[in-house]
Amino acid sequence: MRRIPLWLYAPAVIGVVFILIGPAAVIVRMPWEEFVASVTSPESLDALRLAMVTALISTCLCLLVGVPMAVVFARTEGVVVRVIRALVLLPLVLPPVVGGLALLYALGRNGIVGQYLDDAGITIAFTTTAVVLAQTFVALPFLVISVEGALRSTDEDYEQIAATLGAGPTRTLWKVTLPLVVPSLLAGTVLAFARALGEFGATITFAGNLPGTTQTAPLKIYLDAINDPTAALPLALVLMVVALVVVVAVHLRPARAVAT
Amino acid sequence: MVRRSLSALGVAVVVSAGAVGCSNDTDEATTVLDVYAAASLKQAFTEIADEYARVHEDVDVRVNFAGSSALVTQIEQGATADVIATADEKTMARLGATAVDPEIFATNTLVIVTGPGNPENIVDLASLTNPELSTVVCAVEVPCGAATAQVEKNTGIDLEPVSEESSVSAVVAKVTSGQADAGIVYVTDARGAGDKVSAVTDPAFAEVVNAYPIAKVKGSPRQQDAQMFVDLVLGETGAAVLRADGFSPAPA
Repeated sequence: MRRIPLWLYAPAVIGVVFILIGPAAVIVRMPWEEFVASVTSPESLDALRLAMVTALISTCLCLLVGVPMAVVFARTEGVVVRVIRALVLLPLVLPPVVGGLALLYALGRNGIVGQYLDDAGITIAFTTTAVVLAQTFVALPFLVISVEGALRSTDEDYEQIAATLGAGPTRTLWKVTLPLVVPSLLAGTVLAFARALGEFGATITFAGNLPGTTQTAPLKIYLDAINDPTAALPLALVLMVVALVVVVAVHLRPARAVAT
Repeated sequence: MVRRSLSALGVAVVVSAGAVGCSNDTDEATTVLDVYAAASLKQAFTEIADEYARVHEDVDVRVNFAGSSALVTQIEQGATADVIATADEKTMARLGATAVDPEIFATNTLVIVTGPGNPENIVDLASLTNPELSTVVCAVEVPCGAATAQVEKNTGIDLEPVSEESSVSAVVAKVTSGQADAGIVYVTDARGAGDKVSAVTDPAFAEVVNAYPIAKVKGSPRQQDAQMFVDLVLGETGAAVLRADGFSPAPA
């Protein structure tokens, strides 16, 4: 690992600078005298609170269905499963706005499922529920891919040994399979949370924009920036810091897990 | 995002139309005129740009359609535009001296749009306060939202929208897709949506008129071409196209 070609440093440094120059510019151009007032305004606090709460709920939903998905995909053979697996990873590569449109046509008031919900008196459009669903839609594949990858690289021998020792499938899952992938599970959870927190396109398309109900921090940043990009910087920095904490958490966890 | 892809489409249409217009030329270098226009001008300015490219074969017109505020911000941040047309004077004023000789070329007013045939029997602005109805409006950050807020202030009617959209086209989309029962948009958007919506007017809308100014952008190296485009918009060709799209003429 020590001996890498020296020329590699040039493009690597360019890449690092390219990524860091934007966040640096936000800090350089930050109207610091307005920072506290802007971030603590009721509108900003509402948007931040809503983003955090919805992202947390979305992350829980991702765990509830994502972990079972990962286990099924990792431990089942067959063409059908492989095709389904490829399809459900679609939100990873779809532009989020397309995801929002898809949700609209599925769960919107006239959607293929939404019309029946509407008849039953359940409306999702323009509610906080719609925000959570949009976030879950885009964040779920991150968790699935992370956990599934880890499961595939673990040795199934442990599970077979557990079985020969008399553990049932459920007991094996809880006591052997999942503990083996805890670092990836945590990493996937944090990534899904970060993705949910930053979700914009699917939310504004599917859930709309109403302060206090559906206007999460990214939506507020976008609307603030329409008239005055500087006004959007304080909230943008807060999201950047949260994202940074998340990234650091993800990258320290597996490293430590490998080291021990 | 939707608006951006729509504007990309608009640009593609204009550019390809320009290419057709220039097909007689050999490889002669053409000038590109960058026109920044409010989203509500999409149809009208696409047509006017076509007309311009037909007359001036050496010039390709590229129109960047987006919310007025976003366009002004782009120019403030150094985007190279030759002509700018916004949906209200307040937004244009943000450019200060960067907007050279702004002139009003059309006006627009608000209207209520509903699903086809007005299934909820909305008769006026006050009907929208019915809590059973879901109404969408523009966010106050964009001109149509500012106009809506002014109407609310004038009438004392306090709408409780289910969403404040970032562009007028997003409001139309929420109504045409059936997500919302009603929306407040420009007369021109209602007309542009054709039979996918029904329009309901209210006397209060006549009080709030958005005037559309057009200006050359200071520092553009193509002042002459820009002036000719502005003249085309202000002249009879522009007036006819704009009228056909539902705009009212500028006050004399």
